[in-house]
Amino acid sequence: MSEGREERPMPASFPPAGNEPLLARARAVAATVCDPEIPVLSIEDLGVLRDVTCSADGSIEVVITPTYSGCPAMNMIALELEIALEKAGFDRVRVTTVLSPAWTTDWMSEEGRRKLKAYGIAPPSEKRAGRGALFGADEVTCPRCGSANTVRLAEFGSTSCKALWRCQDCREPFDYFKCH
Amino acid sequence: MAKTIRVNETPLVLYTLRRADDALILGHRLSEWCGHAPMMEEDMALANMALDLIGQARSLYTYAGEAEGGGRTEDDFAYWRDERGYRNVLLVEQQNGDFARTILRQFLYAHFADLYWRAMMASKDATLAAIAAKSEKEMAYHVRHAGEWVIRLGDGTAESHARIAAALEDLWPYTGELFEMDASEKALVDAGIAVDLSALRERWRANVKAVLDEATLTTPADGWMQKGGRTGIHSEHLGHLLAELQHVQHTIPGAVW
Ligand SMILES: [Zn+2]
Repeated sequence: MSEGREERPMPASFPPAGNEPLLARARAVAATVCDPEIPVLSIEDLGVLRDVTCSADGSIEVVITPTYSGCPAMNMIALELEIALEKAGFDRVRVTTVLSPAWTTDWMSEEGRRKLKAYGIAPPSEKRAGRGALFGADEVTCPRCGSANTVRLAEFGSTSCKALWRCQDCREPFDYFKCH
Repeated sequence: MAKTIRVNETPLVLYTLRRADDALILGHRLSEWCGHAPMMEEDMALANMALDLIGQARSLYTYAGEAEGGGRTEDDFAYWRDERGYRNVLLVEQQNGDFARTILRQFLYAHFADLYWRAMMASKDATLAAIAAKSEKEMAYHVRHAGEWVIRLGDGTAESHARIAAALEDLWPYTGELFEMDASEKALVDAGIAVDLSALRERWRANVKAVLDEATLTTPADGWMQKGGRTGIHSEHLGHLLAELQHVQHTIPGAVW
C-alpha cells in the first residue's frame, strides 16, 4: 500500500470570481445548506459544495460532490438546496452531482474542523501524504478533554463518514470523522 | 406491467454492468445481516459496507445507462433483469452462512476490489476513473475491517478457527472468476479503458496470504475454479436473492418511497 495519493486541491472556480450580484447571492444561499446528519456543518464547510453558476437567463446550477458513494444525505442535500434557493427567489434551480475529483476530508475547512470539535466529533486527522492518510486514525484526540490517549471501538459508526472511539482519560465515547 | 429488459450489451455496457452487479449483489448480501449481526458494532459495520457497495453500484448502473444510450436508469438494471441477465461473479452471490463465512467472502472480494479500483483510477474512461477514485478509498476500509476479523477468528478458538477454515476451503474455488477476462474485456484493456486482471492476481494472492498466515490459516492451492456468473450462468442462490431484491418493484412497478 505504498502508492502516493495525489493532492486534490479545490477547483479554480471556487471561491467565487467576479462580483455578479445575483451569482454572489445564490452562492451565499447555497452555502447555508447544512449536512442533515451533522447539522453544525454547512456543505461549504464539508467541501461538498463545488460550484454555483448562473446562466444568462438567471437560472442557477449548483454542483455538489458526494462524500461516500452510498451517502444517503446527498438526496436530502439536493432537495434542501432547491428549497433554500427557491425561498430566496430563484425559481429555476438545477442541482447536479459530480464524482471527480473525488471528495477528500482534506477539503474540510478550518472553520468546519473547529465546529465539528465543538459539536463533540473529532475532526479528521490533518493532511498526510500517501495512502497512509486514510488510516491516520492513530492520532485522534478526544474532542471533550483533548487527550490523545484514545482507542478505536468500531471502524464503522453511525454514518458512513464516522468511526466510534473512546477516550481512555475522561472515559467518554465519541465519534471520529474518518479520513477519506 | 413492466417487463424484463434486454440490455444492448456493448463491450463498455457489459463491462460496467459486471462491476455494478458485483457491488449490488454483495451489498445486498451484507444488508441481509441488518439486525442479525453478533453485536451492535458489527451490525453497523456490515450495513455501512453494504451502503458503500450499493452506492458504487448506483454510480455504475447510471453510467451503464448512459453508455447504452437508451435512457435506462439504475433501477431498470437492478429491478428488471432476470437471473440470466445478471453478470456478477459467483463469489458475491454465495449465501452468508455464519459470520465467519460472510467475513471471509468480504475479505476475498475486498482485497480484489481494492487492487482493481486503484488500477482503474488510471482508466482512459473518465467516468469509470472517477468511480474508481471513490471506490478505492471505501474498499481500503473493507480490507482492513474484514482482515482484522479473519485474524481474530483464525487465530481465535478452536471453534472459530474451524468455521473460518471451512469457509476458506469452500469459497476459494470462487476466486478464480474474479480474474477472468473474455475477448470483449480484453479489447477494452487494449483501449486503456479496462484493467488487465491477470496482472493483479499475484499481488492479490500475496496480500490475502499475508493475512491468512497471521490468522494461522493455510492459503489453499488454486485447483479447479467455479465460473459462469460473467455470462449469466449462476448458482441456485442468485434467483432467491433477486426474488427478494425485486419483489416490491415486480408487485407494484414504479413504486417509490
Ligand atoms: Zn477525553
